Amino acid sequence: MKTLVLVEHDNSSVKDATLAVVTAASKLGEVHLLVAGSGCAAVADEAAKIAGVDKVHLADDAAYANQLAENVAPLAAGLMADHDAFLAPATTSGKNIAPRVAALLDVMQISDILSVEGDKTFTRPIYAGNAIATVESSDAKLVITVRGTAFDKAATEGGSGTVEAVSGPGDAGTSEFVSAEIAKSERPELTSAKIIVSGGRALKDAATFEEVITPLADKLGAGIGASRAAVDAGYVPNDYQVGQTGKIVAPEVYIAIGISGAIQHLAGMKDSKTIIAINKDEDAPIFQVADIGLVGDLYKVVPELLGKL
Amino acid sequence: MKILVPVKRVIDYNVKPRVKADGTGVDLANVKMSMNPFDEIAVEEAIRLKEAGKAEEIIAVSVGPAKAQETLRTALAMGADRAILVETDEEVEPLAVAKILKAIAADENPGLILLGKQSISDDSNQTGQMLAALMERPQGTFANTVEIDGDSVVVKREIDGGLETVKLALPAIVTTDLRLNEPRYASLPNIMKAKKKPLDSKTPADFGVDIAPRLTTTNVSEPPVRQAGEKVEDVDALVAKLKALGVA
Ligand SMILES: Cc1cc2nc3c(=O)[nH]c(=O)nc-3n(C[C@H](O)[C@H](O)[C@H](O)COP(=O)(O)OP(=O)(O)OC[C@H]3O[C@@H](n4cnc5c(N)ncnc54)[C@H](O)[C@@H]3O)c2cc1C
Ligand SMILES: Nc1ncnc2c1ncn2[C@@H]1O[C@H](COP(=O)(O)O)[C@@H](O)[C@H]1O
Repeated sequence: MKTLVLVEHDNSSVKDATLAVVTAASKLGEVHLLVAGSGCAAVADEAAKIAGVDKVHLADDAAYANQLAENVAPLAAGLMADHDAFLAPATTSGKNIAPRVAALLDVMQISDILSVEGDKTFTRPIYAGNAIATVESSDAKLVITVRGTAFDKAATEGGSGTVEAVSGPGDAGTSEFVSAEIAKSERPELTSAKIIVSGGRALKDAATFEEVITPLADKLGAGIGASRAAVDAGYVPNDYQVGQTGKIVAPEVYIAIGISGAIQHLAGMKDSKTIIAINKDEDAPIFQVADIGLVGDLYKVVPELLGKL
Repeated sequence: MKILVPVKRVIDYNVKPRVKADGTGVDLANVKMSMNPFDEIAVEEAIRLKEAGKAEEIIAVSVGPAKAQETLRTALAMGADRAILVETDEEVEPLAVAKILKAIAADENPGLILLGKQSISDDSNQTGQMLAALMERPQGTFANTVEIDGDSVVVKREIDGGLETVKLALPAIVTTDLRLNEPRYASLPNIMKAKKKPLDSKTPADFGVDIAPRLTTTNVSEPPVRQAGEKVEDVDALVAKLKALGVA
């Protein structure tokens, strides 16, 4: 089987999310990558070195600069004439593009796979991860998004893929990129952080969240996450949200502070290696999944913890 | 402009789903069902656009069993003008739902189609994007704000690194994220009024769409259960644990 993996990048380097997808693709067959962007030759060269990659298709065109799905999907669908499976990371970018590719190919996409069970058989979470479905496709081609935490990352070195220029239909002329507000941070990205400190509604407001959560995260070199309630209330930006409809994370250590543990939140973090919960309510559902729980007022516990670390 | 709002009947978000012992699926018998939460946000956004004079008519559509009428009545009670039920007892996959919606859009010519980003049952996150591809129209997924600007719509999207703004030519497809708005509750008088609003019944065959599934679910199982660990007495004990884990 020949696979085509959508490389996530910012026109200058390959994003980490791509690496787990390469691992999933290599379980199916030969791994080809698609780098669609503008002025992104360096990305293709970097991608060609990923272990296990056979070929990189480089589509360098202003129309692909911002990964607009209207433009990238027809390009990918065209290349699928020579490939059997299209795989993208289950990131906001992959989730935006892949279903569009699937529809163009008249294929039913398999979203957010957790494992490859056979050539056409995969497992995936449904109902916020409260059930795991094994699904088998009867389509001639496969379109798949891959959950990053479920597969090891392919090594960034060791591959010797060839780079081949390709072109597609270019600008569909229906959509336009206007602007992006991307928060720059020195902090580890949530999806690759080894430790995450996460805060919930109990943090009261943006200033309190910053005052209580940030120093602890700094001390531990951790990424910062949040519950939906904390995001909705404006304590932190939207991309901090962990959960069924936010980011899926699986760090070594996840510290939930003032988070009750609703199923939608658990869906995003329950595969963390060690879960630590600090909550004043001893019956909070978060304690049912926590390896280590401390019942107490976070406003006393967290400063004390900080002092003793 | 007309706005089309597809709404799905799903298990209520407060219910913890139980996997059937025989591995065939999730037990939905006697379980509270509601409108998919993201679709409530879509209905709300459509109503706000109408209230702002940007749209004239809101049509809610659901593909599902006869009971999905209840979901449509909820949309009507919130403020949709009329509804279409595409009735079937089969599970309809996103690709087939998108094909049915495309056929309805061809009849109704909506300027905007507002869907949820994801149904909380199958967690597919596909239907809107597929519909946009089939219609060869632009898409604004995971919308945080939606503004109609002449013959385009400007959508601010929630993406992994933050926010992104795109401008789409109408007709366009938009899928809602959690922060787009807070849906209203239907008032009792509006619930009564909704009973009299038109609700058309159709079948997938009326649109010539083959809904035969492409994916076969061979098994549904419980995820590995996490055992609750231990509670520690105080911060000192927690520090000791963190040290043992090598994080402090
Ligand atoms: C469609 C849909 C999608 C959703 N997606 C997500 C998602 O992706 N991610 C997500 O997180 N949620 C999601 N939710 C929301 C989810 O259902 C919960 O509402 C949310 O997770 C609750 O956030 P919380 O735990 O911060 O707040 P709460 O449930 O209010 O919990 C606050 C906790 O803080 C504790 N507390 C209060 N004060 C203190 C103190 N001084 N010290 C210590 N503890 C204290 C309380 O005991 C309580 O347990 C979704 C909901 C819907 C309907
Ligand atoms: N059977 C259905 N009937 C009406 N709308 C649907 C149906 N299935 C999906 N949708 C719409 O598509 C969105 C995304 O669903 P999904 O792709 O299944 O995650 C939902 O939020 C609905 O707006």
